[in-house]
Amino acid sequence: MTTVSTTRQELDYAGSERLTMNMGPQHPSAHGVFRAILQLEGETVVGVDAVIGYLHRCHEKLAETLTYAQYPSIASKTDYVAAMTSEFAYVMAAETIGKIEVPRRAQYLRVITSELQRVASHLLWLGTWCLDMGGALGGGATIFLYTIRERETILDLFESLVGARLLYGFYQVGGVRYDIPDGWAATCRDTMAVIDQRIGEYERMLEENPFFLVRTQGVGVISRDLAEDVGISGPLLRGSGVAFDLRRAAPYSSYEDFEFNVPVETAGDCFARYRVRMVEFRESLRIVRQALDKLPEGPISSRPGLKSVAQTRIPKGETYARVEGARGEVGCYLVADGSAKPYRMKWRGASYSNLAVLPHVIPGHKVADVVAIMGSVDPVFGEVDR
Amino acid sequence: MTPDEARALIAERFTGSQVEGTTALTVTVTPDAWLAFAAFAKETLGCRFFSFLSATDWKDQGLEVVAKLDNTDTTLSLLVKSKLGAGVTTCASLVPVYRGADWMERECYDMFGIRFEGHPDLRRILLQDDWVGHPLLKSYSLDTPYPPYR
Repeated sequence: MTTVSTTRQELDYAGSERLTMNMGPQHPSAHGVFRAILQLEGETVVGVDAVIGYLHRCHEKLAETLTYAQYPSIASKTDYVAAMTSEFAYVMAAETIGKIEVPRRAQYLRVITSELQRVASHLLWLGTWCLDMGGALGGGATIFLYTIRERETILDLFESLVGARLLYGFYQVGGVRYDIPDGWAATCRDTMAVIDQRIGEYERMLEENPFFLVRTQGVGVISRDLAEDVGISGPLLRGSGVAFDLRRAAPYSSYEDFEFNVPVETAGDCFARYRVRMVEFRESLRIVRQALDKLPEGPISSRPGLKSVAQTRIPKGETYARVEGARGEVGCYLVADGSAKPYRMKWRGASYSNLAVLPHVIPGHKVADVVAIMGSVDPVFGEVDR
Repeated sequence: MTPDEARALIAERFTGSQVEGTTALTVTVTPDAWLAFAAFAKETLGCRFFSFLSATDWKDQGLEVVAKLDNTDTTLSLLVKSKLGAGVTTCASLVPVYRGADWMERECYDMFGIRFEGHPDLRRILLQDDWVGHPLLKSYSLDTPYPPYR
C-alpha cells in the first residue's frame, strides 16, 4: 500500500491516496442506524470499521427483570421485521428448561406464522435491496412497491389473527395466544396463491435485467470457510454452499412433519444469496399449505390463562434454544434459577453474526458494491444491537 | 461424528472436562484448556461453525464463559463452558481459531469486562467508549444512574 501524502505536490490523483469516508449512521441503505468507516483508495474500499450499537436497548439486562410471561412480547422487538421468530426462540428456551409440552395445534400454528413471517421478511428484503441498487435497475422503487404490496397482505393476515401488524406477542410459554378465526385459512390460501405467482414475476423482472446480474454476480463472495468461521447463518450460509437449516438439522415444533427443500447455492455471491431466498419463498408457502391441510384439532396452549404475570415459573436449569429465522439462527441461551424471571438470557441475533462478515468481505470492492453487499446480508439493526 | 464418538474423544483428550447431554453436548472445560478445546473442536470434531460466545455472572463464584460450536455436516452440537474462577476477569481469546469470536468477545468485554487475551482489537462494541461499568454484571445496579446518564 502507498503511504498517505502530506504535501500538495505529492498528491497523486491516480487513486493512490487514501481517503477515510464515513458512511452512516443515517445512510438510507443501512435500513437502520449503522456506521461504516471506509478506507478508500480511489473508488476501491481497502478497509472497513463497522460501528454498531446505536439501537442498543439492553435486551439481555431487561430480560433479567421481566417474567417469562412478560418478555416474549418484548422479544419481538429484537428483530422487528420477523417478530414471530424472535418470540419463538425465547418461549422455546423456557419450554425446554421447564419441560413444558406444547399441543400439536399450537406447534402447527407456530409453523404457519413463522413461515408466513419468513415470506413477509424476505419480501421486505427484496424490495429494499433493489431500492438500494436503485438506478441500475431502471428505478428500483418499482419492485419495492410491488413487494411492499404483497407484504401488506401477509400483515393483514397477522392483523386478523393477532390484532397487530408488526410486533405480535403471539407466542407464549406453552403455546400460542390466539386460534385462527373463521375463514382465516381460506384467506391465507388465496393470499399465498397471489404471492406465489408474483414471485415468478419478480424473478423475471430481475434475472432478465443485465444490470441486476452485473451488480450481484461475483460480488461479495463469501467462502464456505469464512462463512462457518464467522458463524453467518440462514440464506447467507446456504448461499455459500453449506446445507445447514435448523428446521432440517434439528427439527423443532413438528417441522419433521412437512416436506420441503433446503436450497443451497455454492457461488457465495450476492446472486447466490438472492437465489436461496427466492427458493425459500416457495418452500415456505409449501410448508404453510401442508400445515393448513393437516392442522390438528385441540387446545392451543398447555397452560391455563394467566392470572398474574409471575405465574409462569421455570425450574432451575439452562438451555440454548434456536430457530431458523428469516435471517438465520435466532437463538436464546437461557439460565433459569427457579424464579419467575430468568437469571441470564443471551440473545443470539442472526444479523449480528451476519454483519460481522462485512469487514472480511467488503475490502477490494468498489464503494457502490458496499450497498449491494450490505443489502444482500439483510441486517435488521434491532437484532444486531438488541 | 456421532455424539458418542465425540464424547469418547473429548474424554480421552481433555481429562479434566465433563460432558453432559445426549444429542446436543454440554462440555465443561477448565479455563486453561479453553483455547485448546476450541482448536480441538474445530479440527478434530469438525465443529467449524461458530454460533456465539457469551458469559454468565455467578456472583461469588465468578464469571463463566460459554460458546456454541456446530458441525454443519453431522449436526454435532457443542455448548462449551468454562468457569473462570472468583475474581478472574481474563480469558484466552478464541479469535486465532474462529474469526467470528472477534465481535462476540468484544460484546462480552463490553457487557462483562472480561479481557480476552490475544484479541487483536478489544474495545467496546455496543456501548460507547466512555461508558462506565459493565452492565450485565450482577453487581451493576439498575437503580444507580451511571454516567453518561447521571
